[in-house]
Parts: sequence; structure tokens; C-alpha cells
Amino acid sequence: MGDSYRYIGKPIPRRDAAEIVTGAALYLDDLKFQNLLHGKALRSPHAHALIKRIDKSKAEALPGVRAVLTWEDNPGWKGGTPRNVPVLDKKVRYVGDAVALVAATTEAIAEEALDLIEVDYKILPAVFDIDSALKPNAPLIYDEHPDNILPGGTIAFGPNCLKGVVMGDVEKGFAEADVVAEGTFGYENIPNALPAESVGAVAMWEEPNKVTVWGASQAPYMDKGSLFHVFNRQVEIRCIGHHVGGSFGTKIMCWQVQAYAALLSRATGRPVKVMFTKEEHMSSFVLRIGSRIRAKVGMKRDGSITAIQGTWHVDSGYYSFTTQSQVAVGSGELMIMAQCPNWDLKNIVVVTNRNASGITRGFGGQELKCSFIPLLCLAMEKADLDPFDVLKKNFVKPGGGYFWRDGNWYDYRGIDYSVAMDKGAKQFGWKEKWKGWLKPTAVSGARRRGIGVGVHGNADVGEDAAEAYVQLDPNGSATIFLCAAEHGTGQKSNYARMAAEALQISPDRISMTPADTLVTPFEFGPVGSRGTYAIGSAVINAAEDAKRRLFELVAPKLGVGSQDLETADGVVFVKSQPERNLKWRAMGFDRTITGHGRFEPDFTLCNCMMSFVEVEVDTETGKVILLRVVLATDVGQIIDPQGLEGQLNGCIGSAGIDSAIFEETILNPSSGHILNANLIDYKWRTFAELPEIEHVALESPIPTHRYHAVGVGEIATSPGPSAVLMAVSNAVGCWLHEYPVTPNRVLKALGKIAM
Amino acid sequence: MTVANPNRDTRKAPKTRRVGLTVNGQYYQFNIGSESGEISPTHTLSWTLRERLGLTGTKVSCDQGACGCCAVIMDGRAVLSCKVLTIECDGKTITTIEGLKDTKTGALDSLQQAFIDHTAFQCGFCTPGMIMTARAFLNENPRPTEGEIKEALSGNFCRCISHYQVIRAVMSVVEKGK
Repeated sequence: MGDSYRYIGKPIPRRDAAEIVTGAALYLDDLKFQNLLHGKALRSPHAHALIKRIDKSKAEALPGVRAVLTWEDNPGWKGGTPRNVPVLDKKVRYVGDAVALVAATTEAIAEEALDLIEVDYKILPAVFDIDSALKPNAPLIYDEHPDNILPGGTIAFGPNCLKGVVMGDVEKGFAEADVVAEGTFGYENIPNALPAESVGAVAMWEEPNKVTVWGASQAPYMDKGSLFHVFNRQVEIRCIGHHVGGSFGTKIMCWQVQAYAALLSRATGRPVKVMFTKEEHMSSFVLRIGSRIRAKVGMKRDGSITAIQGTWHVDSGYYSFTTQSQVAVGSGELMIMAQCPNWDLKNIVVVTNRNASGITRGFGGQELKCSFIPLLCLAMEKADLDPFDVLKKNFVKPGGGYFWRDGNWYDYRGIDYSVAMDKGAKQFGWKEKWKGWLKPTAVSGARRRGIGVGVHGNADVGEDAAEAYVQLDPNGSATIFLCAAEHGTGQKSNYARMAAEALQISPDRISMTPADTLVTPFEFGPVGSRGTYAIGSAVINAAEDAKRRLFELVAPKLGVGSQDLETADGVVFVKSQPERNLKWRAMGFDRTITGHGRFEPDFTLCNCMMSFVEVEVDTETGKVILLRVVLATDVGQIIDPQGLEGQLNGCIGSAGIDSAIFEETILNPSSGHILNANLIDYKWRTFAELPEIEHVALESPIPTHRYHAVGVGEIATSPGPSAVLMAVSNAVGCWLHEYPVTPNRVLKALGKIAM
Repeated sequence: MTVANPNRDTRKAPKTRRVGLTVNGQYYQFNIGSESGEISPTHTLSWTLRERLGLTGTKVSCDQGACGCCAVIMDGRAVLSCKVLTIECDGKTITTIEGLKDTKTGALDSLQQAFIDHTAFQCGFCTPGMIMTARAFLNENPRPTEGEIKEALSGNFCRCISHYQVIRAVMSVVEKGK
């Protein structure tokens, strides 16, 4: 298929490549502004406290300080789901909560001013985990939420937002099962996706009610949407995006830092920049949700799952904006991997006095699956089944279906991913290496090797609407109007490539507008692997619409119908007689042609990623070494081979596989302070410790758009962590169920140390 | 900011303390102090490069010497510019990512070209530091093994996981140099 394309699937350098390697690419903190002020937040040292008194007079008197704002200065701006989290409040709810904001002429003065703000707190008892938050008479984080439980569902996904999965008859399902496994399993180490670039914002307020926000998000239109509600739907907002130094989902919502900058600009009449330090980024920007499932699963000897019943507890930190959305999508994603007729899976979203959870690559599904697959392992062990066979068997296939986030049932109309899974297993050598549950594949002295497998699929590849314009210029070039900031996937270049293929002009002849909500139509943002299908479709549709309009204009001049025309390299020609042609110039020098493209959400397709991992465990030191990873997927059609390679290699970082080996955010359990909010104490994989990674990426046409492609970037991480637990358990011969498998945990499991 | 005689040794001892450094072939001299326009003793080299000289290609991520994003070449060696004070740079010669191109021809450094050819980046935020670290290393050791390259870059944080493509890019330069 690929060979018939000029640009799709070809190794074309990214359009921003030269900028990136020369340092010319501009990220948020690189932008220059006239009269810029610098903003800083004073952060709470207490996990839960009431602010009794704030004296800001000394800070205000410091030369260079232009504004000091406290909760009393907040014009009722608030976020969250439900929307009851003030941007500045008289109550602080985690260590690091914003107490006051300062704007000053330099960063150093702003920092100095923070030290001059005097605050008296009334310290309240705090809850740092699900258990203590749910205890009877536990301290309440919000008066509005008795029991520290947030209401389920989000209006963003409609009135019937998926709040859990209930279908069939679980009692009947368990009666039919040959084996039943039960237990509590969690993924609660809150690994941080941790993009290199911190979060921040610059805001310029214009009286009475306009603000422009330069953000660090890959999705400025989403910023506009979330800020619209945060600002009580009374402010006109323009959001502009730039190069984004990594997001991994997280930066699609940066409402707090954006609101800080906007409040300070509103107070000073000058542009204000607030850039989080890395410590703030790690302790006061959002984290991954905590996930714990108490559940029971029934399985037949043939590996079919007969019933799933239980409760998923989700730790959202001190508020949620998107946790309910993650619960909805995560529940649907579990259905995609576990095609089971009988379900009773409820969930409870809990608030605790730690930093809030937000969006992270994996979006609920990774968290739920990392909790669920260890349970499934116990059932597979009881039935003595090979996990590869079981995961392959239960993944959605044509004829199957699932509930998705809006609460509706979707019949799956995609391909059977078993072929890709089989190819992956072959590449990995799964059948040769698999020795049975809790059995190592190889032993050499104290070193034992084990293997594991995981799977993930996501129907968000077609989530949310996307819009784009494509404008044709008489000189044979085109411009894409699209609100997407490049955040590392290379998708901006790929949108140009998709339009180039549709218009049959070189991608070099295509310009792209900045991601600016004043210039472009609506676009939800490149998340959930939706870039290829959803955003791609909008761009393709816009290019095709522009082409249609061009043909309608030129057809009379060539004396044919517009359906008889085709175009290539800026020339319109009669398909049957290419010598009858006109350049795009024929549209007139004083005209541009604009095509509109829109994509309507489609949840009937999903992507799929299977991860095979091999680890070596040193049973004397407890150290786990990741030796090899094989990722198996089918992308329909490779659009961008180098980009695909990079995205798939991303499986280990950004809170992926390494969240099972060493990545974790460590909270002081008595004070709520994050103990490793820096890049020294938070461990990350270095060049010196890279595993072998191999990819099996098939190209079976998938019914998406004209290129039959589906995105997989987001999900590269998701199947990995549970596969590591499985591999380590097999290597050492006993179950490890906690993430990450630190040396201490391994040695404890081996009975070598008490913990 | 003043651009003065690059031959610093000939100037008389000034009343105001000054720091003079050469960045990308251009000599800069700053007064040291806490007034506006002066370089404070607390200013890091990364701050001076970005905020005073407008060389924002040098990125700051952790700001504490852990991630390598701010690496520049100083007197031939890669240094973390967030861990160097500007006042310590008197007489030093510094190259940033902006200064890596051939000044006469404008041609990209072979590593920059290799990073393009191998798409050895995703978000690109760590790329300048990665290239500067690798350039200093290759200048010192033009024939390294893959293991030596990995070791040389082990202080460079990349969250997208472009490591594999980076290694390929650096190795391609090594191979061409053989």
C-alpha cells in the first residue's frame, strides 16, 4: 500500500528539525515580551490548613514588587470536576498548595517577596491515602464532599458518562467459571510522566474582560475551553501554543498556572510570566492517579473470562479535573482487553491531601490495567494458562464491542489484532521462553530471568471533534490552519504530510499557522493517540474540500466536469487527458480557496499494543534489569517511520515500563511532603542502562481515513508495567504485586529481608 | 552589556569588577553588581546566556545539574551552564548550540545534521544539551565505541526516549570520521 504514496510512510525529516538542532525552536520560556513581569507562588508547607491571617504588606513594600494576591483577591475563579476548587483559597489542601501570588520586575525579587509574606495557619488533620480518606470521621477536604468521595461522571462526556461497567449476570458468570481469583491490587506509586520542560504560562490581560495566554500545552483550544469555565464564563480568552518540551498527556490541562499568570496580569496591567521550577513541576503540577482494585475474576479453562466484579478505588489527590474522565475511559479500555459477558465493576473517586492527579499518558486505562492484570495472573495461574494466549483471546475482535466514555455501547469495526500479537510473540520467542507460572526462563547463579506480557487498547483514537482549514494559494502552495502545538510526536509535520499527499504537492509547499485560537478553528488536542485518525481526518477533509472547490472553479475553464479533474504539483488536469491542464494560478491571483475539514468523534475503532518484556533479577541484591522489550502493534499504515520508532521507544520513560522498576513519587506519610521532587532523587533511566527494544508494527488497512492509519503513540507505555511484575514474579518464583519492584521488595518477596 | 577590546590583558584594573567572556566567537564584558544591567554574582551562566544574550537555545530543565539540558562547551569541555556562575567565566570561551554552525558557510555541524538525518529527537527540549555534550565528547574522543557514547551521554535526561536514535546519529558521525 505504502509504495503508492509519495509522502505517506516515507522517511521525511521533520519540518522543525533544523530549528530543533540549532536551538532556534522556541518554547514558552524562550519567548520575549515587552514590560514582562515575573510571577511566583507562595506554597503551603502544610498538607491541610486554614489560612487564619495573611500579611502581605512587607512583600508589597519591596521595590520591584507589582502585585501580591491572596484568596481575597480571587474573583471567584475556580476549577475542578465538580467546579469547586478556587484558584486561590483560604484553605490549603496539600503541601505545595498556592497561598499567595507575587508579580515583580525580576524573578529574584518575586522570590524574595514570597519570604516576606506572613501567614498564620490553623493546621488541620490530613489524609494521605485512600484508606485514611475513607475512614469514618476522616477529616474532610471539602465540606461539599462528605466521605471525601467525589461524584462520578463528568458532563464533558455527556449526561450518561460511563461510571463503571455493569452488564450480564456476574453470579451466573462465576458459576460458569472453572477458576476464580480474588484480591486487592494497586498501582499507587504515582510515577511522574515528567517532561523535560516545566509547565508555565504568560498572560496579558486587557480590561475589561480579555486575556491572551501563551501556554506550554500542546492543545491551546483545550486551554481556552477549560479557562472559559475557570474564569466563570465571563472572560474572552485567546490561547497560543509553541514548541512543547514534552507532555505525555500532562500539559493538556495547565489551568492553574495559566490562572495565576492571568490573575497577576489583571492586577498589574502588564504581561506576567509564571514558570514552575522543576521542584514545583514535580510537587505542584498534576500527578498520575492512584489506582487500587478490589475485585474477583472468573475464568474458564479455555481462557475465556466469565465474570469481573469489584470496586476500583481511584486516588485523585486534592481535587479532580479529569479523574472521572479517566475512570470512564479506563473502564472502557478494560472492556477492550477483557471481552467478558458479565460485569459489575464500580468505582470510587477519592480525594486526599496530596497534589492533584491529572492527565497522564495511559489515561485511566494504564492505571486500571496495572491493577487488574496481576489479579488476572492469579486466575491464569490457577487454570495453568499461558498469559499470551489468554490476553490474545480476550482482546476485542470484530463482532465484539464495549461501552465507551459516553455510556454508549460500540460495536467494534476494526481489525483482529491477533496477527500482530502472534508476530510479536514470535519475534520475542515467547513460546520457547515460557516455562509456566512462577518459573524462570533461565537461571545463572544468583541471576534469574523471567518474562512477562501485557496488552492495551484504546478507543480514544477517534475521540472528540477536530477541525482544520486548508487554504490553497494560486502559486501552488497551501496553508493549514490547525490548533495543534508540536509536543514531540512529530504530528505537526505529519498533518502537513497528509495534506501534501491529498493535494499532491510537496510538504515543503505547505505552511502551518501557529496554534492560536484566534486564527484556527476548534481542535481538541493531540492526546489519546487521536492525532493520526481524528486530527488527521480533519486536515485530510479540509484538503479534500479545498481541492473540490478548486476543481469546481477550474472545471468550466477546462470544459469538463469537476469530477473529471485531478491535481498534482500545483497543476489541475483532466484525468483522462493530462495534457489538458491549468495551473492553480487559474483560480485568479486575487483569490484563495479555503477548504473546511471536520472530524466527528468515532469510538468504533481502537488501537492495540502488546508488550513482551524479559528481565533479569539478581536475587542477592534484588536489582531488576530490563533486558529486552518487544512491542507488537498494527498501525494500519505507517505515516512517519522515524516518529513511530521514537513514540514506541517511549514505552520505557514517561511513567511507562520504568514505573514498574524504579519510578515513584515518594510521599512522607506523616507530613505529605514529596521527598523526591527533583531530577536527582526521582530516578530516571540513563543512556547507560538501555534495554534492547524491538518493534513489530504491521500495516493492515484499518477503516479510518484515506490512509487507513491509526495512532499508537500514547499506548506504548501502558501494557509494560504489569508485564514487568509478571516477569519479575516468574523470575524469582513468587508473586510481586507492588509497583515498583525495588530491590527491597524483591528481597522481601524472597524472604531475605523483613520490611 | 558592552563589547570591548577582546584583548583583556591590556586593560587597566577597573574600579568596577567586570567579567569578560567569549560566546560563539563574540566577546562580551559585563559589570558585576546588583544594579539593573549588571551581572550579579548569583547569576548562572545559563541565565546570562538566555536572559542577557538572548541565546535561548540553551535550555534549563532541572536547574540543579541533574539533567544535562543546559550543557554548553566551555574551553573545549561540556559544562552544565546552570551550575556555573557567570562571574566564574572570566576569560572563558563558550560555545552554545547557536554557535555550532560554521560561522563562514553557515553549514550545520556534522552532529546537527546527523540528528536531523536520524530524527534523533522528539520534543527537542533536551536536544541542544545532548548535541553539545556529544560534540565536546567527540572532539576529545573522535573514535568512541557505542558504550563510550552511552557513558558520555548518561547525564542527559531525555523523557521521550530518543536515546536509540541519538546513539545512531552520534555513531554515524563517528563512522564518517573514520
